[in-house]
Formats: sequence, C-alpha cells, structure tokens
Amino acid sequence: MESRSRIYGVVGEFETPRKLIQAADKARIAGYKSMDAYTPFPVEGLTEALGLKRTLVPLVTLIGGLTGGLSAFGFQYWVSVISYPENIGGRSLNSWPAFIPVTFELTVLGASLFAVFGMLAMNKLPQPHHPLFNVDRFQKHASVDRFFLCLQADDPKFTVAEASKFLKEIDAQNISEVEDD
Amino acid sequence: MSAGQPPVNSPEIRRLSPVLGPGHTYASITDKISSIVLTRPVSLGWLVGFGICFCFIMLLNLAVVYLIGKGVGIWGINIPIGWGFAIVNFVWWIGIGHAGTLISAILFLLNQKWRTSINRFAEAMTLFAVMCAGMFPLLHMGRPWFFFWMFPYPSTMKIWPQFRSPLIWDVFAVSTYFTVSLLFWFVGLIPDLATLRDRAVSKPKAIIYGMLAMGWRGSARHWQRYQSAYLLLAGLATPLVLSVHTVVSFDFAIAIVPGWHTTMFPPYFVAGAIYSGFAMVLTIAIPLRAAYNLEDFITMRHLENMAKVMLATGLIVAYGYFFEFFMSMYSGNQWDVFLVEQRLHGPYAHYYYALILCNILTPQLLWFEKIRTNVIILFVMSLVINVGMWLERFVIVVISLTRDFVPSAWGRYSATFWDYAVLAGTLGLFAGLLFLFVRVLPAISIAEMRELVAHNSEEHE
Repeated sequence: MESRSRIYGVVGEFETPRKLIQAADKARIAGYKSMDAYTPFPVEGLTEALGLKRTLVPLVTLIGGLTGGLSAFGFQYWVSVISYPENIGGRSLNSWPAFIPVTFELTVLGASLFAVFGMLAMNKLPQPHHPLFNVDRFQKHASVDRFFLCLQADDPKFTVAEASKFLKEIDAQNISEVEDD
Repeated sequence: MSAGQPPVNSPEIRRLSPVLGPGHTYASITDKISSIVLTRPVSLGWLVGFGICFCFIMLLNLAVVYLIGKGVGIWGINIPIGWGFAIVNFVWWIGIGHAGTLISAILFLLNQKWRTSINRFAEAMTLFAVMCAGMFPLLHMGRPWFFFWMFPYPSTMKIWPQFRSPLIWDVFAVSTYFTVSLLFWFVGLIPDLATLRDRAVSKPKAIIYGMLAMGWRGSARHWQRYQSAYLLLAGLATPLVLSVHTVVSFDFAIAIVPGWHTTMFPPYFVAGAIYSGFAMVLTIAIPLRAAYNLEDFITMRHLENMAKVMLATGLIVAYGYFFEFFMSMYSGNQWDVFLVEQRLHGPYAHYYYALILCNILTPQLLWFEKIRTNVIILFVMSLVINVGMWLERFVIVVISLTRDFVPSAWGRYSATFWDYAVLAGTLGLFAGLLFLFVRVLPAISIAEMRELVAHNSEEHE
C-alpha cells in the first residue's frame, strides 16, 4: 500500500464482549490512549476498560430542561401579567398554579430535545462515512455479532507494525489496517 | 412451542419460562428479525390486511373532506352535547398510547427484561395512537385550518392563548408527548437501522437505512452517550406519560359538570389509559407473533405478564368506579346523586352496564392461570377491554352532558354515520400504519435482544 501515511488505525475482532473488555484492558495498560471499541450492543464495563471519561449528556439534558421550564413559565407570566392582563373576578394575574402544566411539559420537551440532539452532536452524527467502513469484515459483523477494537494512528505510541503485533498478542482475529480516505 | 418440550401450563416450567426462546445467538436473532424487513416477500395475508385498512383510510378521507365541507353539523353533536364522539375517541386513543410509553420507559427504569421484545412495536403503537387521537380535537374545532390559533405566536390580533385553560394545557401535553415518544422511538431504532444498512441486499434499501442510521458504527464512546441519553429519556417520559392523561382528565375535572368535577380523575384516568393500552398491545402482539413466527421472542411469559398488568390496572379502574359511585352518594350533593341514578337507570344505562361487564367483570377471569396462558381467550379479552374503555369515555362524556343542572337544558345524543365513519377510519389508519411499520422497520429491537443473549450466555458460563 503506497499511502502508508494515510492510515486510520489497526483493527482486530473478538468473539465475545468479555474478550473485548479484557483486550481493551490490556491495551490501556500497555499505554494505548487513542483507541475505540465497536460493539453491536452496549457492553457493560467497556467504558471503564477503555478509560473513557464520564459523558456530558446529563448536564446538557439538565440545561435543556431548565431552559424549557424557565422560558415556559416566564412566557406565561409575561403573557398573563404584562402583555395582556385580564382581570377575571379580581383573581391575581400571576396565577402560577395554572401555569405549572405547560411549564412541566416544556421542561420535559426541552430536556428531551437537548438529550437527543446533544447526544448526536457529541457523537458527531450524522457522519455517513467513517474509515472503519472500508474494512469489509467491519461492515458485515460490527452491527451483528463481532466485537472490534481499533488502535488509532493518532496515538503517539502507534506504528502499524507494533499495533498489529500487539493485537495478535492479545488474541485478536482478522487483524487489518484501516485506510483513511 | 415445539414438540418434546414440557407442557406450557405446568407451573414449574412457566415460572422459569424464558423471555427469549433457547438456542439463539447474536446472528440468529439479527437474521430472524431483520429478514422480516429485508428479505421476506410480501405475503397474501399482509396484502389483504393492508388492503382492508386502506379502504378504511379512504373512508376516513371521505368523512374528513365532507366534514370540512359541511361543518361539524354532520356529526351527532348538538347543544348541550357539544363533545360527543370526537372527545370520546380522543381520550380513548390517547389512553391506548400510554401503554407503549409505560413499557418502553417505566419497565426500562425498573430493569424488567421482558420489556425488550415488545417495546419497539408498543412505542410504534403509541405514535400511531397519538396521531389518531390528535385528529379529533382538530376536526372537532369546526375550522381546523385555524388550529395554529392555539399556539402562542405573535399575531396581528394581539392576543394570546388562555394559559389558565386545560384545553391549552392539552395542546402542550399532547404535542410534547408525541415529540418525546418519537424521539425515544427513533433513538432506540438507530442501532437497528445501522444493522439493516449493513445487511441490506439492495442498494436503495442500503441508502435509505444508511441515511436514517446517520453513520452509526457502534463505537463505545457513542454507546456511552447513547445509553445516557436513552436512560434520561426514559426518566423524562415516565412523569410525562402520567402528566398527559392527567391533563386530559383536567379537561373534565376542572369543569363544574356533575360527574366530571372530581379530584379522583387524574389517577383514575391514568390507570384506565394503561389498562386499555395493555389491552391494545395484546391485540397487536398476538397476531404479530403468529404471523411472523416470533413465538421465541414474544413468549408466553410476555403475554402472561401483560395479562397481569391488565388485571392490576383493571382493579384500579374498578376501584375508581366504586369511589366515583360512593363519593357521589356520600357527598349528598343532589346533582351528583342524580347523575348516579342517571347512570343506573337513565336513557344510557345500557352503556353503563356494558362498561361494568367489559371493564370489571370480564378481566376477573385473569386471576386464573389457565386463562392467562390461553392465547385466544387473551386476544378476545383484549378486544372486550378496548370496547369497555371506549364505553367508559362515552359514559363520562355523554351521560354528564345530557343531564346537567336544569331539566330545560337536558338533551339526547345519538351518533350519526359520519361519527362512526371517522372512528372506523382512524382504526383503519392505526392498523394500516402498523402494517407498514412491520414491513419497513424491525418490530423488535435487535440490539436489545442481543443484550439479552449476552446476558443469558454469561449466566451459563
């Protein structure tokens, strides 16, 4: 292959989630920092094995909920007290209990929209193409029944030869280079 | 059940009855569920079923066009019975949707493994039921093309919606409910869409599923955020589903009409919603598993658990009926006492008795294991309960409105052909959308079924 410099990483596959977690553990201990695992369903313990940080999704969701709720209540207050005050039998204009249902609904709506779109944005999705899709077995098995570990080229420790050797040592199957295009 | 296995009905076996048939691997599950969408040819049964639904959708079109042309006078509504079928159907459809959210969100938070194979189509059911429900208030407005007047937008009229009105709360509750249910459903679908993209046999399918999957590749980083978002959505959807039917019940409870003006309505409506929703899930699950041989995935355990939830919520509903009756009599309020008499002996008493038969007496059969494990009886019972819950809303809306405070304001209500046409049309729309859904999207969550396989195989190790 001529474009040696245009390599995304080296990928190997495992048969069970447990083997993948063990492999990720070994890779982390060996000093690999830039790597990712690919599984057909969420695997418990994998984030710890890869040494991933906590996600920001809950924080984003909280911000969304607060935004939705505060703006809903503020808007109802503004409409009922400032923009179009209506005196109904002398009842107070700021009849806040009556504003709670809409405030609640928009809190949930804001939080949900932020959770979903925040999750997609942080995952950088939609992203129709990714170098790993160049790997034939990844296409066929990553979304079905195999568990992949990819050591990425942007790791300071990374060289193709060493990464391939390391994956072989930890019993990965079908090790292949991933071309970056 | 294949031959050689012990009989389903022996209690020891049933207690251990799995939520997933034996011998499945990641690949076999993926194959079985995705083949329904990708490779299985359209069957004659599907064509006939969808064809019938299509006819009803055309009837709905006709009824709606005629309604818009002539106005709501073609329905049976009058003064004082301004609500009629439109609101009965609205509350009924919204209630049906609630079981989908309950299964997908609340059972998820409670870590109930049996939810896995039924949550996807139950969520689809929610979406389609809310679509049907949403049509009724719109059509009932008389001038549906002004529906946007209910939203607060800066208009030249310089006025705003009345935020102290439950009808405006309804707009926000139902539209939020639909949006959040759609998000929840779509987020759950993303990994499965990626599977379909990778397994698609034809280019157009690969492109369409590929666009919908948005490049999902199952990265551990992605899964981490995905799971966090999914859990949060479940946590948000749980109070939401309770709030939606609470707000729907406020439409009644905040009015002063006898029979409506009661603080018991919110919990009683929510229980009724879940009751009818589980009945509808059974109505769909039983033919679905038979038609696509999904007995390994939707096992007897699922059906029995759903029957138990129906029994429990049915008892809450029965408790509600009893206390509705008791509080009216105990209050000594003459209007409330009179309303009870009207329910028992008035012109619509037969609806009330039919309701008691469908909603309270019939489900008591579910105490028996033999009944809970009999697929055909369960199916019939789910239909009976659906009818019963529709009758409940009819009794609440019509009996109260025909007999309020002043005899000079009493009236009668009878539905016209067009009332029935719209109801039948939405039933056709609902079933038709379900028919399309099972053909184009995986009716069972493949990714979550794989988790179940992993869980089972770890137990065996």
